[in-house]
Amino acid sequence: MLTTKQKVWWALGTVAVLVYALFPVAAIFATSFKPSSELTSGTFLPSSPTLSNYESILAGDAQELFLSSLRNSIGISVISTVLASILATLAAYAIARLDFPGKKLVLMTSLAVSIFPVISIVTPLFNLWRTIGLYDTWPGLIIPYMSLTLPISIWTLTAFFRQIPWELEQAAQVDGATTYQAFRRAIVPLAAPGVFTTALIAFFIAWNDFVYGISLTSTSAARPVPAALAFFTGSSQFEEPTGAISAAAVVVTIPVVVLVLLFQRQIVSGLTQGAVKG
Amino acid sequence: MSATTGPGATSSPTAAPSSSSARNANATSSRKPRRSARRRAEARLGWILAGPAFVVMLAVTLYPILQAVWESLFNYQLTAPDDRTFVGLNNYLVILTDSIFWRAMGVTTLIMVITVAVELVIGFGLAMVMHRALRRLRGLLRTAILVPYGIITVVSAFAWFYAFDTTSGFVNSWFDWVPGISSDLNWFAETPTALIVIMASEIWKTTPFISLLLLAGLAQVPGDLEEAAKVDGATPWQVFKRVIVPNMKAAIMVAVLFRALDAFRIFDNVFIMTQGSAGTEVLALLAYRTSIGQLQIGMGSAISVLLFLCVIVICFIAIKVFKVDLAPAQGGK
Repeated sequence: MLTTKQKVWWALGTVAVLVYALFPVAAIFATSFKPSSELTSGTFLPSSPTLSNYESILAGDAQELFLSSLRNSIGISVISTVLASILATLAAYAIARLDFPGKKLVLMTSLAVSIFPVISIVTPLFNLWRTIGLYDTWPGLIIPYMSLTLPISIWTLTAFFRQIPWELEQAAQVDGATTYQAFRRAIVPLAAPGVFTTALIAFFIAWNDFVYGISLTSTSAARPVPAALAFFTGSSQFEEPTGAISAAAVVVTIPVVVLVLLFQRQIVSGLTQGAVKG
Repeated sequence: MSATTGPGATSSPTAAPSSSSARNANATSSRKPRRSARRRAEARLGWILAGPAFVVMLAVTLYPILQAVWESLFNYQLTAPDDRTFVGLNNYLVILTDSIFWRAMGVTTLIMVITVAVELVIGFGLAMVMHRALRRLRGLLRTAILVPYGIITVVSAFAWFYAFDTTSGFVNSWFDWVPGISSDLNWFAETPTALIVIMASEIWKTTPFISLLLLAGLAQVPGDLEEAAKVDGATPWQVFKRVIVPNMKAAIMVAVLFRALDAFRIFDNVFIMTQGSAGTEVLALLAYRTSIGQLQIGMGSAISVLLFLCVIVICFIAIKVFKVDLAPAQGGK
């Protein structure tokens, strides 16, 4: 049993962690409900909260800018996550289960690519994409996003797959299952959570990208949300777009919070899986 | 979390059998050729599966960096593409003798060192709280800690920027009793104050990652060792220094290396908050401004290549000098 003193310490520790994690989110959340007259008030909470900032990004002046970037972000992030998951699942399966020369090379390459400075390849890509017409297009971002999503997916999935008791597949076959049934019934249920978790982490990384987004796009044709936020302007030259940016920031943070709420256990295991072992 | 899997384990019997048709076809042939044919079939299947991912990774990184190395040897501006001339290493000479580059290098290194140090301390604190937390608090704590991890860096940058901003922020009015902070303090006008806010955002957003890695490391510290030390009368600090840290050194080193490399590439926070003004320009921003902003592809490529070399040097130092063992990061010992 805990003593009262311990209980107090636990309460304090928990509150400290919660404040640390949520305070900046609360700050931008509060700002997003401020009417433009209150944006300079210097207070934390709005005194007369309004939805006008949300109106402007979802139905008003900033609608075109925000909604198209939201579409781009979702589409590009999802496609690059799916592609990376497929490629990484195949690769991780081979690394975890087969013995072939060069599998260490594949793993080391994925480690090297994951620490690769993105900005270093932006210049050549910028030039190349302009020449071959991929500049400011979805594929023009999906391809470089592979450098973000693929290495971590291979790394994490390999760690997951190494823990799967592959003998189960044979056991099922001994029990009379066909090769396909054995795979479908014994292996897929064990492998699916790892693939899902990895995809979730890859999605976060793609969703977060700013360097590629700002360097390889120029219009709303492909510009993702983080880059679009940097281009928001107020409704007049003298007005700061603080409210609209805050509202947009809240909107793009909601999916993150929902995913975290639903899958915190999986995300934590996925993040620690690939990185620290032994 | 098992410590038994690893590179060694993959060649163990559990990993070997597969139901590929190539092998079944060979199963009836004589013993010795069967083994080598089997090995060859396995190698082929391995590369068929891992090959596409491998090729894509090289295509999106190795090819562009080679292109950057090549273009860095030219005086090449997109505004005058026909005037492209070969200048050898001249771009590097210009950059390496330019104080702007060295200043950006200094600021980047400073940010890297301070953020990683602070993150390690806060990260340890968070990891300790999560590690010792009661079962029913654990989910809540982990969920909270994952919010900064999942949030877009640009959003974090705006949140911190607006909080400290002179016109829209509340920090100045909340903390005006602190010496040095007044209602008209412009945080983004001076290098030290601007860097403080930039680093605060960077630290807030990335500490959860470090703390989760440390949490995984903490789980590997043998509990009975801690108990034994306590029974022998060790203070909490002694337990921490003599038992906990030595037993999770590998986890700490890997976390520090990954974060250091990440911090060295800092871009988003600086771009949003100051755009490099007030002496906060970092290397990534300098590269961006040179090539995308001023369309000086040759010069920008040279900065990109130098940045890449810096990352390699940091890795090299970490592995050779600090003996960071990446084997645990590979999924086993």
